[in-house]
Amino acid sequence: MTTQNDALAGPAIQVRPTTLSGRIVQALNKTPIHIALGIVAIIWLAPTIGLLITSFRPRSDIQATGWWESLSTLRFTLENYSSVLTAQGLLGSFVNNLIISIPSTLLPLTIASMAAYAFSWVRFPFRDSLFLIVVALLMVPAQVAFIPVLNLFKPLGWTQGFLAIWLVHTAFALPFGIFLLRNFFITLPRDLIEAARIDGAGDISIFRTIVVPLSVPAIAAYGIFQFLWVWNDLLMALVFVQKNTNFPMTLAIQNLLSQYGTEWQLLAAGAFLLMIVPLLVFFSLQRYFVQGLLAGSVK
Amino acid sequence: MGLEPLGLAKEGAALSKGGRKPKNVSAERTNWPAALIFAAPAAIFLIVFLVYPTIYTIGLAFNRGRQGQFTQWVGLDNFTQLFTNDKNFIDFSTFPPSGAIWNNILWIIFYTGFVLALGLLVATLASRVRYESLIKAIVFLPMAIAATALAVIWKFVYAPEAQTGLLNAILGVAHVGPVSWLGNPAFVNAALIGAGVWASVGFATVIMSAALKGIPAEILESARTEGANERQIFFRIILPMVSLPMSVLAVTLIVNVIKLFDLIFVMTNGGPGTSSRVIAFTFYQDGLSIGQFGKAAAVAVVMLIVLIPVMIFNIRRFRQAAVV
Repeated sequence: MTTQNDALAGPAIQVRPTTLSGRIVQALNKTPIHIALGIVAIIWLAPTIGLLITSFRPRSDIQATGWWESLSTLRFTLENYSSVLTAQGLLGSFVNNLIISIPSTLLPLTIASMAAYAFSWVRFPFRDSLFLIVVALLMVPAQVAFIPVLNLFKPLGWTQGFLAIWLVHTAFALPFGIFLLRNFFITLPRDLIEAARIDGAGDISIFRTIVVPLSVPAIAAYGIFQFLWVWNDLLMALVFVQKNTNFPMTLAIQNLLSQYGTEWQLLAAGAFLLMIVPLLVFFSLQRYFVQGLLAGSVK
Repeated sequence: MGLEPLGLAKEGAALSKGGRKPKNVSAERTNWPAALIFAAPAAIFLIVFLVYPTIYTIGLAFNRGRQGQFTQWVGLDNFTQLFTNDKNFIDFSTFPPSGAIWNNILWIIFYTGFVLALGLLVATLASRVRYESLIKAIVFLPMAIAATALAVIWKFVYAPEAQTGLLNAILGVAHVGPVSWLGNPAFVNAALIGAGVWASVGFATVIMSAALKGIPAEILESARTEGANERQIFFRIILPMVSLPMSVLAVTLIVNVIKLFDLIFVMTNGGPGTSSRVIAFTFYQDGLSIGQFGKAAAVAVVMLIVLIPVMIFNIRRFRQAAVV
């Protein structure tokens, strides 16, 4: 909890007045701040809440009035969701999102933690130079890889299944994962690892029983970051998922938009189906999520 | 499991060495089996999917590149075509210029500027109130959402009909509009940048907030007792002390802009016409999706070149951190 509190809590700079009149004066002095923050909160909530309300309104109501006029007379329907899930096939896309995201998270998690262990606790020649190459690869735009990797996958037919998207997501997650986890692994106490070596533990058991258990916060932050990255991705799926029935939700919604540009009841419901998992992750794992994003600022 | 015996053999070697020499020396020796087991999977992935493709694409940028293969060497032709003959990429003949590159420059100036300014503002204001973490959670929320969903949210806000679009409804109260925000080349980039700013301010707020908390309270206190007003404190103390995290943040935001694709693709598909295209969009629309692989490779190389200073900046920063 400490990191979240450090990042999301207030400073204790001001001394709170103890008398009643002192408190009233302070509250009055802060009125402009409260008003400004109120406006900030409205601007950052209204667009999303508007779409959420719209997703539960019947089509005829959406065409007639704005969502802000419906707050008192909301006619609630789940029809938009059932229509988008079944008729528009978003249920299948939701499943595809899971099929794409889970291996595309677990695979880089495993490979990056192993490589990070090598970069922090195994000696080999040019280790630090190779690590600088990994840091440089962080900035390589995915577009640079698309043509040769497509050349590689297409004859094998991998873009017709999920293998292509799993592999490219894994590869492009590695530089960041190795960077993040290596920087965490080197902070582990050297004595602990040396002691385990002297007790006869090999690298595999040191990795499994000491390094990984002690690094759960960093690994979790990376895992959540990567999961949401893949879940929310459009570009990689656009290029590497070439079979309609394998489309994730981002592609399905993009198709909905180009087919029914103003059918807001479908678009709103579709957008919320896409948002629901990230929002659940955000509210339940906010601590790791914020850590992952802050660390991910180099990606 | 199959790897265990290898590990055990290595332990034995490490132990016998440890018996003769100080333990840190034994750790300095190359441990080939462990290095291979732990680093090889990552190395294979990085070489096959990043290093080799980067070299291939750089070569392809100087080639006609039919079918994505090396068919015909064309020298700098792809680049000169892009910069002198493709008005959708960059057009200097008008003022202001237009095209994808120009739109990226607009994004860099206005998106980065507004995100930094609003992030610092919200972080400063929020630090004065007790519900700070709530405000930060609210502005941070869009960070969790897919660009595709953000695009739907903002397309809805910008809807040209005043009974659907929130923005036009608000303007309608003042008898302005309705305006077709995404359908008018004069407004579309401002509207898209607005959505982008909205999506990223929370990220800047959380980073700036952490930076503000790093300023020792005693410095602010002593400035106040010496009679400095709030404006002086902000410009003479706070701003200089958060300039480093702010510059790192600015670099991150600029990288976001160079890679920007999803939001544009879903919200406007580069339109109306070609007026909201960005460089990554050109790569996809004019290159990859229509089989112009030489051109696509050239655009990708332009993206890479723009990002190389950031690469060097990161390596320098990392090396400094490693020395300290």
